[in-house]
Amino acid sequence: MKVLSLRNLLAVVFAAFILVGCSSQSTKPTETPVVEDSSGTETQGVEQSGGMSDEELAKKRRMEEMQRMEAEMAALREVRVFYFDFDKSLIKPEAREYIKAHAKYLAENPAMSIVLNGYADERGTKEYNLALGERRALSVRNYLEVNGAKRGQIDVVSYGEEFPADPGHNETAWSKNRRVVLEYK
Amino acid sequence: MYPAKFLRVLVFLCGLVTAAGVRADLVIEITEGVRGALPIAIVPFANLTGQALSVDIAQVISDDLQRSGDFDPMPRTNMLSLPSKEEDVYFRDWSIVGQRYLLVGNITYDPQTQQNKTQYELLDVQSEQALVGRVISGGPALLRDMAHAIADTVYEALTGKPGVFSTKLAYVTLDERQGKPVYSLEVSDADGQRSKMVFRSNWPIISPAWSPDGKMLAYVSFESGRPAIFLQNIETEVRSLVANYKGLNSAPAWSPDGTRLAMTLSKDGNAEIYIQDLRNGQLRRLTNHWAIDTEPSWSPDGKSIVFTSDRGGGPQVYMVDVAGGRPQRLTFEGNYNARPRFSLDGNTIYYVHQRSGFNVAALDMASGQNKILTETDMDESPSVAPNGSMIIYATQRQGKGVLAVVGVNSGSKYTLPAQFGDVREPAWSPYLKR
Repeated sequence: MKVLSLRNLLAVVFAAFILVGCSSQSTKPTETPVVEDSSGTETQGVEQSGGMSDEELAKKRRMEEMQRMEAEMAALREVRVFYFDFDKSLIKPEAREYIKAHAKYLAENPAMSIVLNGYADERGTKEYNLALGERRALSVRNYLEVNGAKRGQIDVVSYGEEFPADPGHNETAWSKNRRVVLEYK
Repeated sequence: MYPAKFLRVLVFLCGLVTAAGVRADLVIEITEGVRGALPIAIVPFANLTGQALSVDIAQVISDDLQRSGDFDPMPRTNMLSLPSKEEDVYFRDWSIVGQRYLLVGNITYDPQTQQNKTQYELLDVQSEQALVGRVISGGPALLRDMAHAIADTVYEALTGKPGVFSTKLAYVTLDERQGKPVYSLEVSDADGQRSKMVFRSNWPIISPAWSPDGKMLAYVSFESGRPAIFLQNIETEVRSLVANYKGLNSAPAWSPDGTRLAMTLSKDGNAEIYIQDLRNGQLRRLTNHWAIDTEPSWSPDGKSIVFTSDRGGGPQVYMVDVAGGRPQRLTFEGNYNARPRFSLDGNTIYYVHQRSGFNVAALDMASGQNKILTETDMDESPSVAPNGSMIIYATQRQGKGVLAVVGVNSGSKYTLPAQFGDVREPAWSPYLKR
């Protein structure tokens, strides 16, 4: 699986921060309300002037901190594919923080719902792999529920070894095909 | 949920997804012959009809017998004479070139009935006796059927087992030439010829299973975006949905009497095996375990079901009484043994076993001994010919899905590649009534 290196993660977080900072319209209703005067260009110029009261400064810092965290969570949620070992449905440690970020978001946005698509690599039998794909998706669902999502928000479907992400017939391809893909509806 | 009885019956529309007309016949390539196969000379049948025939009957018979692995037909070019009836045969000539059996015949046409009549004799070269002498008739469209019927008769006369040359294959092709995948459920003759599309979809089709009377196929279609089980009459094309519960609806398997369908459903939490009575739609749960239970197959006496379960940590083959009870584990060698299928005599279970790759293996029920039958890398979905002599399975060759057949005792092998794309999920039909 592709693990985001810390550096890449920071780059993504930074990019997301800029997007949020420019108050661009996100497709997902994820943002906590952004206070415009803290991010607009007008206030940028004032920042160094020292014209703000302590209270205003503290409020501004809190806002910035919230934005930073929000952007960080949004960046974590960009990871929507989770990989598995052969014939296994245990969630790998490196996938946990991403799934938790989705769980938190679902908990905070009860109107949102997702579908978990489970897959297997081509090795082994088709019907067993169909059940294995489902068990992988159920394993992700369970982890989402434990972390605050509601079962009603989560739909599960397995395609087994159909629709491989990589059509190759080697371990590189197989490792990409043993996966659960999370999709927001 | 949709009990079978209350289902809307959907009339199947031919060519729903793409234009029909292109046949998905399979091409046979013999990969391994056998030593010890019976030498037989199949002499070209004399055509006395006065018109060209669309099928070379003797060639079809010869190909059928050769594929079985039990026969070694003599090449035509080596034949010194081409007799078409017993009185024209000089037995010594055939004995000298090492032939044990001889098949001769001729075809006439009766304008009155508009039927072809094929008269043939199977001769024993050593005893100079006719073993079989018969006449069969049929319309011009039935020449291939005639040839397969003659091959069945010859096979049974010389091996004691019924032939399977008049049976059918069901399989799924996948063609991605148009960008969007096109899955097609096909039925062909046992030699891959005369394929006919049963259902076509841009969504996966898996697990075709023949009804015991050979009239229906049960299969899993993802056309709604999720797996659901359908039944379809091959002749009338009438189609019905039998299982569309939340979660998995898959791995259909007919009971030997055709009244019930075992299947895998996950509506109650995870993959479990259920039995649905097709007469009244009643559903009964057979397994109950947090592990995966799937891929059921009935014993020929209808009393037991074998299936795959990973309750022991990895997939292994188990058997359970149809009435219920505690499943008993049958496979112990290796970490991966799955998708069992009973032979029709109930003595053997064929399944997929992982060594370095995945192979088809046979488990002898009496001795508990197992034997690996195939040696390519990705062999799966074994299906047994109704006479038990051959296993068809799916494998890969140069990255393409192909079907392959192995003789259970002869060890002979041949492959059936698709003309385009992949072919997978083979299911050998039962004997078909004519």
